[in-house]
Amino acid sequence: GPYAGKPNPDYVVMDKLTAEKDVSTYNNFYEFGTGKQDPADYAGKMKTRPWSVVVEGEVAKPRTFDIDDLLKLAPLEERVYRMRCVEAWSMVIPWEGYSLSTLLKQVEPTSKAKYIEFVTAVQPANMPGLNDRIIDWPYVEALRIDEAMHPLTLMVFGVYGKALPNANGAPLRISIPWKYGFKSGKSIVKIRLVEKMPMTSWVKIAPTEYGFYANVNPEVPHPRWSQATERRIGGGVFAPRAKTLMFNGYADQVASLYSGMDLRRNY
Amino acid sequence: MAGQASAADSMAQANERGSGGGSPQSAEGPPSRRQVLSSGLGARPKWTAKQVGRVKPLVFILALYPVAYWIWLGFNDGLTANPPEFLIRSSGVWALVALCLTLLITPLRRLIGQPALVRCRRMLGLFAFFYTVLHVWAWAYWERDWSLASMWADILQRPFIAIGAIATLAMLALAFTSTRGWIRRMGHYWQVLHWLVYPAAVLSVWHFWLIRAGKNNFFEPYAYGVVVAVLLLIRLGFYIRNRWLPGS
Repeated sequence: GPYAGKPNPDYVVMDKLTAEKDVSTYNNFYEFGTGKQDPADYAGKMKTRPWSVVVEGEVAKPRTFDIDDLLKLAPLEERVYRMRCVEAWSMVIPWEGYSLSTLLKQVEPTSKAKYIEFVTAVQPANMPGLNDRIIDWPYVEALRIDEAMHPLTLMVFGVYGKALPNANGAPLRISIPWKYGFKSGKSIVKIRLVEKMPMTSWVKIAPTEYGFYANVNPEVPHPRWSQATERRIGGGVFAPRAKTLMFNGYADQVASLYSGMDLRRNY
Repeated sequence: MAGQASAADSMAQANERGSGGGSPQSAEGPPSRRQVLSSGLGARPKWTAKQVGRVKPLVFILALYPVAYWIWLGFNDGLTANPPEFLIRSSGVWALVALCLTLLITPLRRLIGQPALVRCRRMLGLFAFFYTVLHVWAWAYWERDWSLASMWADILQRPFIAIGAIATLAMLALAFTSTRGWIRRMGHYWQVLHWLVYPAAVLSVWHFWLIRAGKNNFFEPYAYGVVVAVLLLIRLGFYIRNRWLPGS
């Protein structure tokens, strides 16, 4: 189908893939509730067509893209990424998409574009979780521009060769495999390039627990649990925990982005 | 003395006094005619200890419902994609439910005028301890890989773990001294010790609240907090009535 991307041999991990069912029924997507099963139960109502994505801010060519035009902007690749949640569980997922940099080149960021902000959809009639005032909706995540331009940072339209299930952030989400999962915004409606570091949703809720960078780092514990190990979803009830890797195993590709930075302070 | 009895709730049946009226009644044996007539709710007959005892096996089986539910889920692919996390959380919540049910017995027997209900209290308390043990076991195995050093580090580093550990120690002391032998040996001190059920309940809710604090997701901890607060306030009401309004 149109979502089955060509496997990209540069982005493969040897680990066993997480079962498709687990990938789409065990999610944090608070717009549909705080339970892991809530997105699978309630996200079906979310309208994903028509869908447009506004790209604005510090760009030479601001533009609103229709989702179907975005799908045709570049050929989809299949990339197998590790996904490490800040809650110390992890998956291995075959995403379908292309690098975010492909889109950004279209709109030509200006020299003032230091950061990039991702805004998730708000559909009050279709998102029961919006009634919880846990997050000051809409959900906002952000990256530094060099992180956003890194080829690993992926715009995701599909998973397992099919269109993204709503629970996984249809019709368009981001995946940044060296950062904790919450950095990868789902169901994106707006991408804004800005000069100042944006306030992101989890940093706003609990600044002592969630930092702007949120790079996977086994040496910096969360206040309420260790990040040294993780539980691989699908391993079974008695599987031992696995050691968490620095930058989730992507250190060779991304460590240079943070050279000279104190990663304990910039967590 | 009535005031003391109303305040000292516990996991076992000892030194039981009657419901509200200030005159001691025995929970054992059939009630006298006067006791029946002086019951708070008119002429409703009092259940005997024996009658309540006959219901206990049913309560025991009902209290095993969570275990049966987990096993059923386990065979029906229902433990979510992350069974360890599900079981850690579920055992903790059921420990709290059992603790609330234990705390419900004393107000309930006064409100409906059935003091013999106390015969279920120790069993419910021991079930609260049982689910607490499962919760701690699940944490030790799935979160800390059976490493004592790692468990100790977790207790020292994380206030919510430390609070849970203190509540567990309190529950351990209550469960250990819940036998008739210990009730007899400890005498008056037994009731003093079993006041620990209040801090255990408050610490448990606090522990639950703290694990949710980072996500601002407080509905359930608040709900359990309200339940515990209401159960304690009812006791306070009875205490005040017995202490200052002895004739009522």
